[in-house]
Formats: sequence, C-alpha cells, structure tokens
Amino acid sequence: MSLTKEIAPTTGDQVIENYTINFGPQHPSAHGVLRLVMELDGEIVERLDPHIGLLHRGTEKLIEHKTYLQALPYFDRLDYASPLAMEYSYVLAIEKLLDLQVPLRAQYLRVFFAELTRISNHVLNLAHHIMDVGAMTPPLWMYEAREDCLNFFERASGARMHCALFRPGGLHQDVPLRLLADIGDWLDDRMPRLFEEALKLVVDNRIFKQRNVDIGIVSKEDAVKWGFSGPMIRAAGIPWDLRKSQPYDVYGLMEFDVPVGTKGDCYDRFMVRVEEVRQSMRIMKQCLRDMPEGPIASDDRKIVPPKRAEMKSSMEALIHHFKLYTEGFKVPAGSVYVATESPKGEFGVYLVSDGTNKPYRCKIRPTAFSHLQAMDFMTRGHMLADTTAILGALDIVFGECDR
Amino acid sequence: MSHSAPRYAADAGEVEAITKALGKDMLALDHANGEIVVHVKRGELLDCMMQLRDTCDYQQLMEIAGVDWPDRDPRFEIVYCLLSLTKNNRIRVHVETNEDQPVPSVTGIWPVAGWLEREVFDMYGVLFEGNTDLRRILTDYGFTGHPQRKDFPLTGYVELRYSEEHKRVMYEPVTLAQDFRSFDFMSPWEGADYILPGDEKGAQK
Repeated sequence: MSLTKEIAPTTGDQVIENYTINFGPQHPSAHGVLRLVMELDGEIVERLDPHIGLLHRGTEKLIEHKTYLQALPYFDRLDYASPLAMEYSYVLAIEKLLDLQVPLRAQYLRVFFAELTRISNHVLNLAHHIMDVGAMTPPLWMYEAREDCLNFFERASGARMHCALFRPGGLHQDVPLRLLADIGDWLDDRMPRLFEEALKLVVDNRIFKQRNVDIGIVSKEDAVKWGFSGPMIRAAGIPWDLRKSQPYDVYGLMEFDVPVGTKGDCYDRFMVRVEEVRQSMRIMKQCLRDMPEGPIASDDRKIVPPKRAEMKSSMEALIHHFKLYTEGFKVPAGSVYVATESPKGEFGVYLVSDGTNKPYRCKIRPTAFSHLQAMDFMTRGHMLADTTAILGALDIVFGECDR
Repeated sequence: MSHSAPRYAADAGEVEAITKALGKDMLALDHANGEIVVHVKRGELLDCMMQLRDTCDYQQLMEIAGVDWPDRDPRFEIVYCLLSLTKNNRIRVHVETNEDQPVPSVTGIWPVAGWLEREVFDMYGVLFEGNTDLRRILTDYGFTGHPQRKDFPLTGYVELRYSEEHKRVMYEPVTLAQDFRSFDFMSPWEGADYILPGDEKGAQK
C-alpha cells in the first residue's frame, strides 16, 4: 500500500471525476423549495449554485394593482415565519410618505408584537437548525413555545400566522388586557423554562458543537461585502442592529443588548439568535411595564377607518369607512426606502408613490437574497452534510426570498 | 418629524460631502422625505460607486430596485440603496437606462450585486455589462418576457397545469373566467383628463 496522497477517490483504476447532484427542491432540510445544484468531489462541496424562484408568486406585481391597504396582507405571506415583522416595514414606509404620526400605545404594541414575532421566528429557526444536524427532542420542546406565540397572535388578531394586525397609522384593533397579562406570565415563567431546558440539551452538546463550530466561517469583510444583515452580520462580529442604530417607533426607549459573535461560524449564528430571544423577552417586559393607555391608531379619518360603533351613529364615519374600503387613501408622490430589523435581518421596502391610491412600485428587499447568495463561498470545501448546518444557520424562508 | 419610521442621520453636511466626492458625474441630488437621492450618469456609475464606498464610507449595498416608467425616455430607473455602517446613514443612487443600453455592473465593488442584478434583468430586461452570470433568477426555466414591466399583464400570458392525459406539467395560454377589471379612482371633479362615459358630447365643446 503506497503512502502517497490520493488525488481523487478511485474505484479500481477508474478515477472518478467531480459529479453534480441536486439537493432539493423537495428536501426536508431545504427549508421550503430550494434547489441546490452541487458539484461534489467525493463528499466535499466544490461549487454550489442555489436555484431559487420556485415559490415566486409575483407579490410585487400584485401589490402594484392593489390599494395600499389591500396590499398589506401580501406582506404576511412573505416571511410566513415572522409575518408581523414583514408588515412593519411596509406600514412604516407608508407612514413616512404620509408623514403620519402614530399614537404612543400603538407604537408600544407594535414593538411588543414585533418582538413576539422575533421570538417565534427564532424558536422555529433554532429548532430546525437543531433538527438539521440530527437532534430530535429540543425541536419538539421548542415547538411548544412557538405554539404559545401563535396562540397569542390568534388572540390578538384572530389569525395564527397571517395577522394583518399592523395598519398604516397604528394597529387594526386593541388587544384585551387579559392577553397582555397572560403574555406577561408566559414571559416570566413558561417561556424561559421551555426555552432554557431545550437549549440545555444542545448548547454544550459535543455532537452539536462538532457539527457547527468552525463550519461556514464568514469574516467581517465578507459580511459587509455580501450585504449581510441581522444575526448574520452580528455573528460575524459587527455590532449592527437597526433597532439600536436607526430606532423606529419606541425602540429608542428600550433597553436591550446586541449579542455579537466572535468567529462567524454556524455556532455563533445559533448563539446570537439564542441571546436575541432572551433580549426580546426583555424588550417585551419593558413594553408591558411602560405601555400607556390611549388610542391604538391615528385619528386621521382620511387614512384610518373609524370604529364600527361610530359608524352606527355618524354619517361622516360611514362615508369615511366606505371611501377607505373602496377607493383607499391617496399617498403623496415620492419614494422612500424603509428598512427594519426583521428577525432574519434588514427587511426593506422601497415604495414609489405616484400620488394615486395604489403603490406605483413596491420593491421588497428580502434578507434571504444576500445570505443565500453567499452560501456558495461559505460551503466550498465543506462536507456535503455541512450544507444542512449552514443552510439551517442562514435562517431562510422562501416566501420572502422568492416573493 | 412626526412619523416613526427608522431615524438616521441624513443631514445637510452629508449632502455637501457627496456633492464634492462625485463632482460633475452627479446629475442631480434630492433631499426629500429625509432621504438623500443621487442621480448619476450611467457611464460614470462605477466611478461614482467607488467614490461613495471609499470616500463617503457607504460600505454596504443593500438593494438594487428597478422601476419602469413607460412614458419616460430612457424608460427604466435602477435604484441602488447604499448603507453606511460607520456613519449610520443611507443614500439611494439612481441611474436611468433603456432595454438596449447596458448598465455597468457593480459586482466588482460588491459581490452581492450578482443576484440583485440578475433579478432586475429577470424582471425588467435591463442588461448589466460585466455581470458574468446574468441568468434569470425568479421566473421559471424557459420563461419569456419581463414580468415587472408595466406593459406585462398581471395575469401573465401562460398558465400551468398537470395534464393527466400527457402525464406531465403543461403550459397553456391564460383563459380568464372573467375579464380583468381595473377600476379608475380619478375623481371627475378633480380634473380627470379623459372623457367620462356618456359625456362624449360634453367633452367636444
């Protein structure tokens, strides 16, 4: 037996050349409909070409044909793992064009539910990441926490996932006091217990670390060049959080820490998300503590529809309601780019208005686009099995990526 | 400042710094809605972008958006959204182009532009000179047309179904059970520039 290093794996005298395989589009750990064309040398990934667009539904085109209010539910259906964070950028973009003030209680409630969305999104992603690298019990426990979140969304808006709760000018409806009390109890007791117990099984687990530490390292320079945002850029070591640096609504009043990774590998990305869940709980508790009483939407009747009870007695309210739900409101001509910190990173909306009741152009900046594009260089040289770990740590949802 | 959208420093000092850095390559600069918008010449785009990244510290390219203005010439507007991590600022760079005039690709400056330019190409048919991988990205394999153009119908031209007879997925021309309806919300009292239905005689006066 010779001790010289083999150049390529061989069978007999035949040298096997690189071969190409398809990963997906239907694969449990492809997180939806992703087709990866991978060129392999044995089990080592030489090149990786993500084919996306299998879930393209023409959201941006549809929005151009809807009024501003009718377009809102499309945003829930972008990143269906964190629907309220998607609505957030859109309503803020409209409010920026209208220069519309939002009452304080609505701002608090929006931050509160955006953070609840962050928790449910991160819990889902952490669970899937753990499952992709082979563990089964922690995901089941974490799903319990996510189920609680969805129940809270249902109690607040009537829908478990596609809430359509945020509206230009505030919220659609106020939340019952009992719900806030229940979420407060959940934050104090059940959520930390469920979450920390599930994490105890993986965070220091040897197998979990072997699958994640030093996998898919991204340097600071690469993170900036490839347009990373959110947990991806923070894991690479750049303390950049839009909630801190460009505060919207009442984020400026909140006290929270921004976790930062040291190495930029999959384990860092996992741990950044873990810490973000804890920080989100902190923000939610502050919201509960400081939230004032008051209206939950602007009283500008040319934009925000009146309450049902008001319509029974006021002719003007009835007219406003009719006009808003047929014609909608007109937005002054202009264009804005508004980006918020969605759980997955910078989710932006570039909104162009031509002064009519429909958006002239609504370009959605998905977080997944830049992250998935970088997967090629992150995966090169790693083993085939590492692609699932890298993909899991990217936190990708195809509703948002393909639009 | 009354709206509660993200607040960052888009101040007047920044406008002067950008004007100075770009020099005569800049066509116009708007400062509306608290956002800085720079219009630059298409041919000088790469120089401008290098200036903005290296002199003005806009390290990240977050988004490339296309906008179709069928009445304008050139027809398409390409919008680059830049972010400065150090100065905590955003600007937008606008370039105008036609379907036969390629825009210089910024993939050499920001590799992330690769897919963003592919998307603009897919949606609008705008070409990017220097992008080595200008394939379609979001639409189906073998798709024809550019769906985000204003003259592309909302329903598209073809629809897809699984044919039990042929045992495969087939493309067929779109058939609509009901005509596509698009309502016009212009108020006739606020200067609508068309003839009201039934008022043809009145308009001739």
